[in-house]
Amino acid sequence: MTAVQTPQKALPEPLAIHRRKTRLSWMFAGLLVLIAMFAAVSVFGNENFGWPVVAQYFFNIQILEGLGRTVLLTAVAMSIGIILGVVLAVMRLSDNVVLQSVSWLYTWFFRSIPQLVQLIFWFNFAALYRSIVVGIPFGPELFAWNTNDIITPWSAAILGFGLSQAAYTGEVMRAGINSVSDGQRRAAKAQGMTPMLSFFRIIFPQAMRVIIPPVGNELISMVKNTALVSTIALADLLYSAQLIYSRNFETIPLLIVATLWYLVIVSLLSIGQHYIEKHYNRG
Amino acid sequence: MDDVGSSRNAHAPLVDISRVSKSFGSNEVLKDVSLQVEKGQVVCIIGPSGSGKSTLLNCVNHLEPIDSGSIKTAGQYIGYRREKDGLHKLSEYAAAKQRRAVGMVFQQFNLFPHMTVRENVTFSQTHVLKRSRTEATTIAGDLLARVGLGEKGDAYPSSLSGGQQQRVAIARALALDPQVMLFDEPTSALDPELVDDVLVVMKKLAASGMTMLVVTHELGFAREVADVVVFMADGKIVETGDPTSVLENPVEARTRQFISRIH
Ligand SMILES: Nc1ncnc2c1ncn2[C@@H]1O[C@H](COP(=O)(O)OP(=O)(O)OP(=O)(O)O)[C@@H](O)[C@H]1O
Ligand SMILES: [Mg+2]
Repeated sequence: MTAVQTPQKALPEPLAIHRRKTRLSWMFAGLLVLIAMFAAVSVFGNENFGWPVVAQYFFNIQILEGLGRTVLLTAVAMSIGIILGVVLAVMRLSDNVVLQSVSWLYTWFFRSIPQLVQLIFWFNFAALYRSIVVGIPFGPELFAWNTNDIITPWSAAILGFGLSQAAYTGEVMRAGINSVSDGQRRAAKAQGMTPMLSFFRIIFPQAMRVIIPPVGNELISMVKNTALVSTIALADLLYSAQLIYSRNFETIPLLIVATLWYLVIVSLLSIGQHYIEKHYNRG
Repeated sequence: MDDVGSSRNAHAPLVDISRVSKSFGSNEVLKDVSLQVEKGQVVCIIGPSGSGKSTLLNCVNHLEPIDSGSIKTAGQYIGYRREKDGLHKLSEYAAAKQRRAVGMVFQQFNLFPHMTVRENVTFSQTHVLKRSRTEATTIAGDLLARVGLGEKGDAYPSSLSGGQQQRVAIARALALDPQVMLFDEPTSALDPELVDDVLVVMKKLAASGMTMLVVTHELGFAREVADVVVFMADGKIVETGDPTSVLENPVEARTRQFISRIH
């Protein structure tokens, strides 16, 4: 009781707290700025880089069309990869042994084939099967298509990237779903939620915290990996630049043009990822 | 008579656990357990760790399936369909519908961390019971006020104390108008000074006539509120009776030993 009352003897003044001295890190930062300036002067002052050519081709229609194809292909293939990835993860985590095995086999198979091989395989699918038929086995045909009509560079690229991306995204999804505590699943159940409602509104939004960073990574690598489509003559961003420099021999400037556009895409995606992460980290 | 509508029968218990057995692998966790909870009764289950108390509670709303016997809660065999030769398992969708009659509160609260307190209390109202948003919000406001958290609707669970989170969990369960409330050690994860806030809410709920099945180590609460106290050990009900007889003058040596240790 008495301990709380004003002490007879005044306590000494409270000690001041000083920040850590940061002079060294300022010096280091200064050094870095200096190095960056030297590098910039050397790059921009070197006329072999061909900056006027870069400027000339930056908004070239062929480049912009290639850019559009890269963005579209990435978006479609990643969407397939994400949707199919969720399906694979849910199958893998189900109690059904058949579904589990199918999911495991799919993942094993598509992660084993090199991306380039898959792309060429799908593009040459017509050499294996002349027509694709939907019908009842040993019964009547319902639909039939000539494979050559269906398999274009576009559909081959979408299949090649989408199907293998699903194998990778599926594993990320599985880890994310597993990271949500079982108590959440039980609480949702006890609240009368159906398995679907519980998965999409309780479990998955929480799994997103774990899922978003690696999927962001996957998406950014896919933007650049899609450049493999030059092998099946799909004129994406990089291939469009290559087509131009094969005519005018301005190799370095056109590669810089393509690189700058990749830089723009990746920057936009990184900003988007930041906001999506912020959204799912609330609470 | 045996299936639907018997909940209207005044003599039928609201929870009727009859000869239930359950194993996890070779570990027999519930051994021929029978227990009845009448409408408006508060039944407290006590017993040592691992005796099967949580498992029994989880079987009542079919979070865990049973191996044999039957549990009829609010007139339904939750998760099962009664036929001549016994009980047949229903789909998870059908079980989800039946489960609405039972509210549950967990030791670890298990609030949905990505939703605000108000969303926690309204979500199942709008998505399971299909109530309108306005109706659900009004009900949530009333319930949160009842558990003393009327001001916290916009907060996220992570910013609340354990005691506050548990009271939100109680409000969330009550929002579905359950006929029975299950509590699994609702105060065991709380700091001692927060326990009373939760017990006060539970006592008010009992006084309002709610049927409650409570697993607890709070013998004081059991003594004050319970109509029946059940002592479980090794997957069996060892002793059942009113609080004074079980807690003050237990017949079984096992019960006496447990109660002297917990005091
Ligand atoms: N999902 C499960 N899988 C396997 N065994 C389990 C599972 N849940 C519980 N058990 C086992 O069943 C037995 C009873 O567990 P239960 O959780 O019902 O006990 P309890 O009485 O609630 O104990 P406590 O007071 O520690 O909560 C224990 O031996 C436990 O290991
Ligand atoms: Mg327990």
